Amino acid sequence: MATIRRKGNKEVPAISTASLPDIIFMLLFFFMVSTSMKEVTYKVDIHAPEATELQSLEKKSLVRYVYVGEPKKEFKGKYGSETRIQLDDAFADVSQLEEYVVREREAMNENDQNLLTISIKADRDTKMGIITDIKQALRRAYALKVNYAATKRVEY
Amino acid sequence: MGKRKVQEINASSMADIAFLLLIFFLVTTTMSVDKGLSRRLPPPLPPNMEKPDIDVKKRNIFIVLVNSNNQLLVQGEPLDVKQLKEKAKLFIQNEANDASLPEKVPVEVEFDGIKETVLTTKNHVISLQNDRGTQYQKYIEVQNELVAAYNELRNDMAQARFGMKYDELDEDRQKAIQTVYPQKISEAEPKNYGGKK
Repeated sequence: MATIRRKGNKEVPAISTASLPDIIFMLLFFFMVSTSMKEVTYKVDIHAPEATELQSLEKKSLVRYVYVGEPKKEFKGKYGSETRIQLDDAFADVSQLEEYVVREREAMNENDQNLLTISIKADRDTKMGIITDIKQALRRAYALKVNYAATKRVEY
Repeated sequence: MGKRKVQEINASSMADIAFLLLIFFLVTTTMSVDKGLSRRLPPPLPPNMEKPDIDVKKRNIFIVLVNSNNQLLVQGEPLDVKQLKEKAKLFIQNEANDASLPEKVPVEVEFDGIKETVLTTKNHVISLQNDRGTQYQKYIEVQNELVAAYNELRNDMAQARFGMKYDELDEDRQKAIQTVYPQKISEAEPKNYGGKK
């Protein structure tokens, strides 16, 4: 015969949390794979220009970035509000760019050296003068592959 | 003594550790993929050398000027950026073989192993000149429209010939279309327009 359990003394068993770490790890791995590390902390304000014919940069290891824009608020006191260039983590001058590219290229694997791409991340309100200077410096450094970073434009 | 049971390690803090890692990665990483307009710069001029005067027939040049007020002058006429693409397409294609548009030159192209002679405007050059005071956004817009013109022409041809988008074609076919519509955007050596400074 079926036994009839006694009432009372019947607690809801605690939900096992043993699988919680697994779930979190899964999330963790997802984020690790799908994202990339921030290259640097921006010291300049950059609102990328908009365009439609965009190509994505495939190999991150072949790309070096040049940031162009006005210094962020906290640096304005020291560096003024004139448009500046940032290479890696520091402000730089256009004259340093050529040297920087050459140095970065030498640090690269020999087979990849001519695949070096320079991504110019510039603010949309930048004047072309400084961009032209950058382009000339890149030409002198023989870094001819450039990419003008932009965001997708939805509509006019 | 009997076998001593190894005490189980308490794993309840594992979740906390994993959470910590997760939050760390969330904060330090960015989701966005880097995208942009890819271009190739011309190789540097040797020092102490005058700019070589490349002889390009006047009908083959498409001049786009952008001044410091972000206004466009295309082939001597003021134009809005939105119309630039159509104008550039007309120029590159020159369907009617207009005498004021670039000359058509027969070029041998290999489509899937079969050689064909196609009339193309392979000698055309789009010359883009801008002022030092031009806004970067405008410059990108102009570049974008010019690249879009080429992409649309290539896409049209890919659709007509292979019934596929240009991006979906294999490399040989893309090469063939590239020889028909070579991308020739030339950026002038920097000059100062507009007189200021």
